[in-house]
Amino acid sequence: MKLLIKNGQVVDPANNLNAVLDILVQDGKIVKVGKNLKNNVDSTIDATDKIVMPGIVDMHVHLREPGREDKETVASGTNAALKGGITSVLAMPNTHPAIDNKDSIQLLNNIIKKTSHTNVFVCGAITKERKGRELSDITLLKQEGALAISDDGNSVDNAQLFLEALKIAKKENILVICHCEDVSLSAKGVVNLGITSTRMGLRGISRESEYTRVARDIELAERTNTQIHIAHVSCRESVEIIASAKKRGIKVTCETAPHYFTLSEEAIWGYDANLKINPPLRGKDDAEVIKQGLKSDVIDVIASDHAPHTENEKDIEFDRAEFGAIGLETELAVCVTELIHKGVLDWPGLVQKLCLNPSKILRINKGALGEGCDADITIVSPNQEWLVERNIFVSKSKNSMFLGKTLKGIVDYTILKDKVAYQKTPERKNSNEVSCKSRVGKAC
Amino acid sequence: MAEWKRKHLLGLEELSREEIEFILDNTSSFKEVLTREVKKVPTLRGKTVVNLFYEPSTRTRVSFEVAAKRLSADVINIAAETSSVRKGETLFDTGRNIEALKADIIVVRHSASGAAAMLSHHVNISVVNAGDGWHEHPTQALLDIFTLKEKFGRIEGLEVSIVGDIAHSRVARSNIWGLSKLGAKVTVCAPKLLIPPEIEQMGVSSITDNIDVALVNADAVNVLRMQFERDEANMFPEQLEYFKKFGITQERLEKAKKKIVIMHPGPINRGIEISSEVADGTQSVILDQVTNGIAVRMAVLFLVAQGAKRKK
Repeated sequence: MKLLIKNGQVVDPANNLNAVLDILVQDGKIVKVGKNLKNNVDSTIDATDKIVMPGIVDMHVHLREPGREDKETVASGTNAALKGGITSVLAMPNTHPAIDNKDSIQLLNNIIKKTSHTNVFVCGAITKERKGRELSDITLLKQEGALAISDDGNSVDNAQLFLEALKIAKKENILVICHCEDVSLSAKGVVNLGITSTRMGLRGISRESEYTRVARDIELAERTNTQIHIAHVSCRESVEIIASAKKRGIKVTCETAPHYFTLSEEAIWGYDANLKINPPLRGKDDAEVIKQGLKSDVIDVIASDHAPHTENEKDIEFDRAEFGAIGLETELAVCVTELIHKGVLDWPGLVQKLCLNPSKILRINKGALGEGCDADITIVSPNQEWLVERNIFVSKSKNSMFLGKTLKGIVDYTILKDKVAYQKTPERKNSNEVSCKSRVGKAC
Repeated sequence: MAEWKRKHLLGLEELSREEIEFILDNTSSFKEVLTREVKKVPTLRGKTVVNLFYEPSTRTRVSFEVAAKRLSADVINIAAETSSVRKGETLFDTGRNIEALKADIIVVRHSASGAAAMLSHHVNISVVNAGDGWHEHPTQALLDIFTLKEKFGRIEGLEVSIVGDIAHSRVARSNIWGLSKLGAKVTVCAPKLLIPPEIEQMGVSSITDNIDVALVNADAVNVLRMQFERDEANMFPEQLEYFKKFGITQERLEKAKKKIVIMHPGPINRGIEISSEVADGTQSVILDQVTNGIAVRMAVLFLVAQGAKRKK
């Protein structure tokens, strides 16, 4: 199978490319990148005026399978990923059962093998059932293919236990992803502590609950010289602490999610539970600091923290609603709208955050378009506007924070290996509807 | 303001100064009805008002019930303990059922902040917030403000101190919005742990944990009920200590303005937040508040019914 992508703006910071070029793909690999390539190919995609970038590597995704297939499955979640231009995801372990032992990781690996539509990498749990009491068998999780460990959704409160986990992770050469929250400082909170909790009459989640745990985790990582990655950074102080740690040469990377630099806490004042997330939306200043952190490379990665929930768990009293929002299908468009069109990042900068850096952190051979690379490619119309509506989502859940918003930048094609795994349906009159056309098997 | 456009009353935060004044003007007209021999007008004849109360309340529920009856509406009371709520029906399903029963107005009291606003998104009939969590209790604040206006003839420029558990008080929040919109200077006074962060951004002029400071220039003081039974986080001082430090006593009032007005949303904890002497004294308007509550709620029910008609 040969595929030629012609005349696109090829953005590939790994190879220092940002120019109108053609890409020739054969047998799942990129074989040539250059000008005016001619070849006998099976098919050609005209990418004139489009961005051609590596497939997105989203390192923070809750696929909910096994256990909560009503919210999402590996199949539905990876289909949603394709629609968002995402070709690789890291599946978080807070499933039922949690991915904390041989049986559960083999079960998940099996489901992935049979049903996934993108590359799915697995993150194992640091502690059994993510309860923070007893370590999982990290060595075994690594052997079964886990690329990272995390108790995401929880922090490992017990510092001694976390220290032990870091030592084992160091030995096993596996990444530790830190959900940073000291629950004694965020007890029962549901929104940002401050004017938002005060106005809304709700319990607040303090900034201290996040950044003091960021500081602890970094200190313990420094002591054990272990690579850690801080998940979903939401506030100024966390960015500052990570910046200074990086200056000191500590092996720490971090991610934020699109909503943390796009929305701020005022958005919640109407009690829309789709905006109830953890960590919570913070102030406008924080959103600005996150943007600057992306610009200055303190923040390495943008990941969706895709967290699907059913309507019954969201469309209820704010206090009782689940935390989290879906993000796979809006991630790229929110980044294009908020970062590219507002001049915060250029395309090579954005591709680093979405593709290259997460690949480096996870040590996978993705996120680049060099000759010999896996042909995971996303083709985007950067200026096309679309309205975020409930009925466009491929995800099983519809709890998006961006419903009703118009975004700029839409995925035209997602290519996985050498197959067009997703293609936007041609526009019909009075319809923004797009859907997933073709499916392919797994990769890698 | 020529006419009322809102179908719901969810809080004072969303109301303009003109809208609040419009409600107060209407309240005066309805208060007059309460002085008549026949205390009833046909304003809402043929309409049904449902009091949907998820939290125990006597005072507010009875006040809404009397108000609706004075307007000739039919009234149905649903208390959470006795309804299908216990069978797991959601607030919104209950709301839709009440709507299907062809009720016109739901008066809702719920322990979750935002419940009234969220319910209003799920039904097409009017929703009146009778208290949602710690968030708002708009009719209580309106009756407080109406009572102050009766006493002083104005709100603009008044200095009003709110004393007590500000953090967990919907009465405090609605009063802060309403009073500050009308140009009063609001002081909140509480033990430090019971003052929520950044409250000055809601329009509070000053914050203190010294009751004498809160009283010295006050034209009125609104004394909140201390709900010791709800102190899950151990934020409250001991009851006696609280009375010593924050209790409103005659002795403390000696240092205040002569004409200071004492308000309390009830029910009173005598000897905890207020002494009996003050509660029953000449400066107390606590029972006027109860009477005015009926007039305010008549005005609110009337106006949201008008607003619903206009929306059609």
